[in-house]
Amino acid sequence: MKTVTPQNRILDAEESMPREEMRSLQLSRLQKIIDYVKRVPYYAEKLAGVNGADITSLDQLSSLPFTTKQDLRDGYPYGFMAIPKDEIARIHGSSGTTGRLTFVPYSHTDLKNWTRLVSRFLVAGGLQPGNLVQISFGYGLFTGGFGLHYGVEATGAAVVPAASGNTERQIAILRDLQPDAIVCTPSYALTLGEAIRASGIKREDLNLKLGFFGGEPWSDEMRNRIEDDMGIFATDNYGLSEVIGPGAAGECIERNGQHFSEDHFLVECLDPDTLQPVPQGEKGELVITTLTKEGMPVIRYRTRDISSLHYEPCPCGRTGVRMSRVTGRSDDMLVIRGVNVYPTQIEEALLRVREAAPHYMIDVDRPDTLDRATVRVEILPEMFSASMKEMVNLREKIQKAINSVTGIRMEVELVAPQTLERFQGKAKRVTDRRPK
Amino acid sequence: MKLQQIAIFMENKPGHLRTICRTLADAGVNITTLSLADTQQYGILRLLTDDSAKAQKSLTEAGFVVNVTEVLAVEVDDTPGGLLRILDIIGENEINIEYMYAFSHHREHMAVMVFRFDNPDKAITCLQNHDIKVLPAIDILKGSW
Repeated sequence: MKTVTPQNRILDAEESMPREEMRSLQLSRLQKIIDYVKRVPYYAEKLAGVNGADITSLDQLSSLPFTTKQDLRDGYPYGFMAIPKDEIARIHGSSGTTGRLTFVPYSHTDLKNWTRLVSRFLVAGGLQPGNLVQISFGYGLFTGGFGLHYGVEATGAAVVPAASGNTERQIAILRDLQPDAIVCTPSYALTLGEAIRASGIKREDLNLKLGFFGGEPWSDEMRNRIEDDMGIFATDNYGLSEVIGPGAAGECIERNGQHFSEDHFLVECLDPDTLQPVPQGEKGELVITTLTKEGMPVIRYRTRDISSLHYEPCPCGRTGVRMSRVTGRSDDMLVIRGVNVYPTQIEEALLRVREAAPHYMIDVDRPDTLDRATVRVEILPEMFSASMKEMVNLREKIQKAINSVTGIRMEVELVAPQTLERFQGKAKRVTDRRPK
Repeated sequence: MKLQQIAIFMENKPGHLRTICRTLADAGVNITTLSLADTQQYGILRLLTDDSAKAQKSLTEAGFVVNVTEVLAVEVDDTPGGLLRILDIIGENEINIEYMYAFSHHREHMAVMVFRFDNPDKAITCLQNHDIKVLPAIDILKGSW
């Protein structure tokens, strides 16, 4: 059984709209959204004196203010909502540095658009009406589960909402219900692949043909391995809850980058330091303006995701700009086993254990298929005891605190003072040795 | 009666113990006895020295994490059942031993064990009530018990 490349299908005319036409659609939508976002106090202030009609070219985008994660956090919980509460159709959330969520309200129109955007990348990646799709994303505040769920159904395919976790049950569903496609994070796909092999089930016993993966950075090596393990054709999709969730961009069967749905999003690629555009095709931070969002529109949202934009025509016929895989972050956020982790969360955890936070470093690697994070903590005199029992307790306490703050398990190593590297200026807390 | 034990956090790295001994030698501190508790990642080196204040100061200045704990040096009959007798007394009085180690030299029919009890004061009273000798620092240092 070999991985089969599916046929190219395009769902919406907007996906292959000539670029000039698209730019003019974007301009008219940008003009509208500029006036619309002033319902949000933050934008009323930042855009004082700027009217939609003043924007006569997309080049003027560079004069508009940015929106950062911190701005959204400052607006907790409803500060960036542009619709009355009784017009909310759903609220999702994304995790933050200190455990506080950013809530993202959607209007009914937003949900309709979002569903369509998800359907676009599913169709682009080969999903057919009548297919059965196992969704192994978490269902909840996280946008992955529900976003994919409705997107799959709207294509005419069916869903098994397996949700995340319980690998044994996931495998039983794969074997017994014979789904055609699977949706999960790439690292979970690897875990599943291994568990399938370990359980003695053969690739031929499964009916899987397609995989749609997102939610964390991955590599071509990971893709090859997943495809090999499961006998599927795997595509990548991109999104973040602050702008909509999965579906902002997705791969077509050419798999040469993820096409943005530019009728809904204006995307820029900027140097994170100068905030000026990088030359086409070069790496920079993606900055996204939502053109149609009603519930929580954002202007020039700094995603912190490092990628590059490619405008050359794609053989698939789509004209939407393609983003390369996200290769890193312009802040210090880490994605470990699909969970967003900030180094400051480790500091918070250490402060829960002792009043003074010691120096620490986070090492991330991927010895096999799963990310492994190790926190090395330089012990302070007040943390040290001559009793081994107390030292073992201390380590366990730190480990538990990290688990409760970040939601994931990390190894903890106690090390002698002054043994971890020191940096001039901004502390570099992370060594990431995972293959890119 | 109580002795000042110096404990040092040690990484399991080559040369670490040597650096500690070098620091103490340079400071003119003599190690009377020691024990090492180790895990895969690190160890705890426990020392009795002839000058705990100087030992603490020199090691701290050299960048080590050091702590001072009170331990007791207890004379133990160097005959079968010698240690058992001490443990019986300790057990009957519901005192816990956190850790213990032996002294490096002994005299005649007596050995010396170093104990870290959860309640050192109670341990002294109980042991002395049973005529067991808890050695003062000065005797240990001079080797003249």
